[in-house]
Amino acid sequence: MTPQSFVDPASPLPPIPGHSSRGRLERVLREGKFAVTAELNPPDSADPQEVYDRALVLSEVCDAINATDASGANVHMSSVGICSLLTRAGYAVVMQISCRDRNRIAIQGDVLGAAAMGVANILCLTGDGVQAGDQPAAKPVFDLDSTSLLETIRGMRDSRVFLSGRKITVPPQVFLGAAANPFSPPYDYRPLHLAKKVAAGAQFIQTQYCYDMPLLERFMAKVREQGLHEKCFILVGVGPLASARGARWMRANVPGIHVPDPVIARLEGAKDQKLEGKKICIELIQQVREIPGVHGVHVMAYRQEDLVSEIITASGIMQNRTPRRSAKERTSLT
Amino acid sequence: MYSVRLSSIRHARALEMFYNAFEPAMVLLAPLLRRVGYGRLERPVAAVERSVKGFLFDCQMCGQCALSSTGMTCPMNCPKNLRNGPCGGVRENGHCEVKPEMKCVWVQAWEGSQRMRTGARILDVQKPVDNRLKGRSSWLKVVRDKTEPAETPAKAGGKPAPAAVKTGAKAPT
Amino acid sequence: MTQRTTGRLEALLLRRAFVMTAETSPPDAASADSVLDRAACMKGLADAVNVTDGAGARAHMSAIACAAILAQHGIEPVLQFTVRDRNRLALQGDLIGAAALGIPNILCLHGDDPKNGDQPETKPVYDIDSRTLMTTARRLRDEGLLPSGRPVAPAPRLLIGAADAPQDPKPEWKPDGLRAKIEAGADFVQTQYCFDLAMLRRYLTRLRDHGILERLRVIVGIGPIASAKSARWMNEHLFGVTIPDAIVARLDAASDQRAEGRKICVELLQELSEIDGVAGAHLMAPRQEQAIAEAIAESGLLKKREAA
Repeated sequence: MTPQSFVDPASPLPPIPGHSSRGRLERVLREGKFAVTAELNPPDSADPQEVYDRALVLSEVCDAINATDASGANVHMSSVGICSLLTRAGYAVVMQISCRDRNRIAIQGDVLGAAAMGVANILCLTGDGVQAGDQPAAKPVFDLDSTSLLETIRGMRDSRVFLSGRKITVPPQVFLGAAANPFSPPYDYRPLHLAKKVAAGAQFIQTQYCYDMPLLERFMAKVREQGLHEKCFILVGVGPLASARGARWMRANVPGIHVPDPVIARLEGAKDQKLEGKKICIELIQQVREIPGVHGVHVMAYRQEDLVSEIITASGIMQNRTPRRSAKERTSLT
Repeated sequence: MYSVRLSSIRHARALEMFYNAFEPAMVLLAPLLRRVGYGRLERPVAAVERSVKGFLFDCQMCGQCALSSTGMTCPMNCPKNLRNGPCGGVRENGHCEVKPEMKCVWVQAWEGSQRMRTGARILDVQKPVDNRLKGRSSWLKVVRDKTEPAETPAKAGGKPAPAAVKTGAKAPT
Repeated sequence: MTQRTTGRLEALLLRRAFVMTAETSPPDAASADSVLDRAACMKGLADAVNVTDGAGARAHMSAIACAAILAQHGIEPVLQFTVRDRNRLALQGDLIGAAALGIPNILCLHGDDPKNGDQPETKPVYDIDSRTLMTTARRLRDEGLLPSGRPVAPAPRLLIGAADAPQDPKPEWKPDGLRAKIEAGADFVQTQYCFDLAMLRRYLTRLRDHGILERLRVIVGIGPIASAKSARWMNEHLFGVTIPDAIVARLDAASDQRAEGRKICVELLQELSEIDGVAGAHLMAPRQEQAIAEAIAESGLLKKREAA
């Protein structure tokens, strides 16, 4: 049951002035490198080893791993639980916090707990509606929204107080992120909404799946117009589509994911649809890399995690950077 | 009412102008309201507010109205009660992730705000909802916020919590 | 009965050894050291340490993280779960997470109303009640299934606890509440403060008459009382807690009331260990983990247990 290399989360990387966290992801981004994050789909299991097995595959090719928070409103091991296991093994994690299931008391508690366990990055999300999951009778909480969640955590980190004003003796040193979806209406408001999140404390952004370059470019133009690309690090969401049928299903059943017709047509016309989907993903990553203001990609490969490593390696974006370090080698990042 | 709600957004500018006259008028009445007693006024004013705003906006009486900052669209009609902007699940036809028959509240908020002169208030960061205010009059709250001195913020540490045992649960820790 | 969890608490309870549990509150800090600063003194003394969950409706480090830190450092936790702040999705996720982090025991509670805390504007959740939470935990443990029917393998193995408040049983009183908790899945209860041992004996007799004690382990709440003034305050303000006059008088008469309070606690511990039907003692005293550790050490009960 012991992970590959046990690293005590109490010994994070040495602090750097101007950094909010002592984590790897912030360092990579602030050094101007093109970052890669990937999403870990938590197992339906109480066995830590399964979490480690899934993380191992991803860790060789990404700067941080996202631990989702009951994504799709389906229960898995909680995000705090996953992050605690991963940080013990020396992985850099992004803990996702959704506003759907917890009120502000629980959320503030989870932030302190996560930081105590070595989590250096927190992604503040609204959360999918409960109707999406297998327990639709669950009560949606939404005591905070993603913007007020950002403000709350920033207050805990920088002002060292809870929302109530009560003091925090050791603040959580976390790099704060938020989500953006340039591919969902109202399109013209999205860059302005992003500005709000940055004003509230967002330092990095991970977007929803991108399959539509023109839409992304339109969004990024407005982002640059507002100078937002200098205030936050934007990682564009990408992922391989397994088939045309799968893509159609996703488009019809997962609100917020936009797959344009030409992409579906391309998949349909291919001899090996899975391979074509992988090719499309690699091309998108390479195109996204060229857009000014984009600082990285966030790879989400639902049920195709084995492809993540191949895709990232084939796209060439890691530029020979190997993020995984054993305990002994954790002195520098390059 | 849903159809009236949509109409209100189309007439956001007119409603904005009306409110810009209404709010200062209420504030002018503050001395009178105080003399009558805010406690006494709460129920009748809330009742009027509920019927008027309920009709025009499907107001949910959250007690901390943000209509001027959301293009005259009540954010509490959003199933996720989002006060700052849309979630990532808006459907391609502009409808809600959770209630597909309904147009996304924030798609409408954006439309409404563009018709208003102070529509830029949609960019203001809204604070989390105070759940104690549910059902209470926002009109009275606005008047009080503008005419009474600010309450001193809670002392750091807060007041000690009374014993938990009253619920029959565990002894205090 | 075979053991269902890997915890020491369950092993001791099954053996009918007298257990001693204690309590700690998570700190207002993002630091594992802050947890250990408070609780490390109880290592090797308390058989398990409860971690409170948003006690007094106030935010602190999350209970699950605090408990995971204790478990990592060789202190067996009892993770308290209130149903006030999380809906069923979050609660189930934390049940699975707790098991994976090596936490073998949970205690299911309602939770103080946010109005009593320092963030009264918080939205109370109460999506499910504490009984449903116990049932959910038991189904996960015994069947490996979530309420949706989806399997979780391996199943999370958790010992399930609830709270109780001993009372002087009136002639017609039946322990229906406890029976319901057992049906819901409770393996043990920890009670609130009970300093009146005569009343406790009467209470336990009634429980035994109704077959409760065969199915449930009762761990009685006590603690070191700081002073006579403190005792009077508790009598007045804590519903259901009675500190007998004899004890208050002893405290009044003492030159060092705090030391006397500790002495009384040690005596009560020793007396409790002799009462048939008491599975153990649960020591609580806000921010006084050190005093609790000392009380356990001074009682001599651990040595006695080892000799047995």
